[in-house]
Amino acid sequence: MSTVKYTRDHEWVRVEGDVAVIGITDYAQTQLGDVVYVELPELGRKVEQGKEAAVVESVKAASEVYAPISGEVIAVNDVLSGEPGKVNLDPMGEGWFLKLRMADPKELDALMDEKSYSGFVEGLH
Amino acid sequence: MRYLPLTDTDRREMLAAIGVDSVAALFRDVPRGVWLERPVDLPLAKGEIEVERALGRLAAKNLPAGSVPSFLGCGVYRHHLPAAVDHLIQRGEFLTSYTPYQPEISQGTLQSLFEFQTQVALITGMDVANASMYDGATACAEAMMMANRLTRRHKAILAGDLHPHYCATAATYARFAGHSVVERPPDPTAEDDLAALLDGETSCVVVQNPGCFGHVRDFSALAAACHRAGALLVVVVTEIVSLGLVKPPGAMDADIIAGEGQSLGNPMGFGGPHLGLFATREKFVRQMPGRLAGQTVDVDGRRGYVLTLSTREQHIRREKATSNICTNSGLCALAFTIHLALLGEAGYVRLAELNHARAAAMADRLARVPGVTLLTQSFFNEIALRLPRLAAPVVDALAARGVLAGVPGGRLWPERPELADLLILAATETTTEDDIEALAAALAEGLR
Repeated sequence: MSTVKYTRDHEWVRVEGDVAVIGITDYAQTQLGDVVYVELPELGRKVEQGKEAAVVESVKAASEVYAPISGEVIAVNDVLSGEPGKVNLDPMGEGWFLKLRMADPKELDALMDEKSYSGFVEGLH
Repeated sequence: MRYLPLTDTDRREMLAAIGVDSVAALFRDVPRGVWLERPVDLPLAKGEIEVERALGRLAAKNLPAGSVPSFLGCGVYRHHLPAAVDHLIQRGEFLTSYTPYQPEISQGTLQSLFEFQTQVALITGMDVANASMYDGATACAEAMMMANRLTRRHKAILAGDLHPHYCATAATYARFAGHSVVERPPDPTAEDDLAALLDGETSCVVVQNPGCFGHVRDFSALAAACHRAGALLVVVVTEIVSLGLVKPPGAMDADIIAGEGQSLGNPMGFGGPHLGLFATREKFVRQMPGRLAGQTVDVDGRRGYVLTLSTREQHIRREKATSNICTNSGLCALAFTIHLALLGEAGYVRLAELNHARAAAMADRLARVPGVTLLTQSFFNEIALRLPRLAAPVVDALAARGVLAGVPGGRLWPERPELADLLILAATETTTEDDIEALAAALAEGLR
């Protein structure tokens, strides 16, 4: 079974071997409203944990998406350029943003699991 | 609305709140050398009639370009403004409206901006244009900054015949962003090989067409070279009437167009307020600065207009915004749109043809003046001459005789004595055969 972890900035990361799939959470897409544009990094770019990796724009706001962990970008979800609404419809599935080759899996330890993240979101209300 | 002047107490309280001890201290960044160290020499009060007379006397010291043979250009051009332009822009709905945040009360302004954008995109040959910038120079600087964002590189190459004021504006923007510019030396013969300067650090090459010395060129090969090097081509157009005749930058595969729109709808006005034009490719629109009016439909399917893609902008995106411009040159853009709409497509082309014909007549005539060398072989409505002596005193002598004989090189490049014998002259549809003859005669005499 794959591991899914969460950040306080409402990104999720799903680990598949040494690859990390990254997106934004259901809570994030609800708060943003209709997503109209996603700016994704170029392949090969090295991103650092906690630093900007992508930008998501909704009808209300533009927000940075921070890399939950460090690594090199090996894939981006090109479908989002034509259908950004996938982020709203299926944030944890078809609405994924990018894939990284992880630099240091230990970084995952600093992230929340699903239970802690649910508690964190509860605390925001 | 009542006018409530500040009291001394108000001023003291505000200064105390921001921790400054005097109003003068607010201006400490202004270099000392340009401070006026005494009160402005104005009487405390005068009657209206006296004021009118005094100002009239001052105004009479000007030599207005509209009343004499004028060959001034270099970024600001004298064109005929149809009376309808001024009449229409003075309508209160347009004259007093500000940047239209609320589409429900701003449909007229938004529609006019949408039409403006459409016109700019059409004449430049680009996909998308914004609702305008402050002027050509700031549009140029913003184009360079946009190229830096898009390429994630920070070195712009500025062509040697980019207007020096545009160079200075771009260099200022770059300096405070920690970016760099390579300013090529002035290039009156348009021989600089810019493609040879491209490297892996270069974000963009900024060229001007027609150039500041008047040369018209096709930059298609340079655009291809830029793209091979991962850089963008920015094309500046300071005389927008030229696009009625000259191959548009979009057809040269340029990436960003920065222009000055004054020539359509707007007076020379001592250099402002003018109208920055900005256009680019659709794929770059997210990095475009400025406001953008879009067309949409309301809940009932009726056509309507809104400001769109605002998430690029400062009021939403804050410090990550594409630019700090949160407005546009609304009224100047409207004047441009009305003038261009009055001309129509055929009229615009005809206007450009007239401009070129007048300039060709001017070039032929001036090339026959003894001692004068014509430097510009391919031009639109502006040419550069090399005189057998310093140009500035010649221009002064001709102004004293009621002829505005263009812009001397020393005015634009005071630090370059090798350009002091250059004279740059523009002709437009307002230039008559008599004007050209008066200029040629005065120039021949002035050079004798």
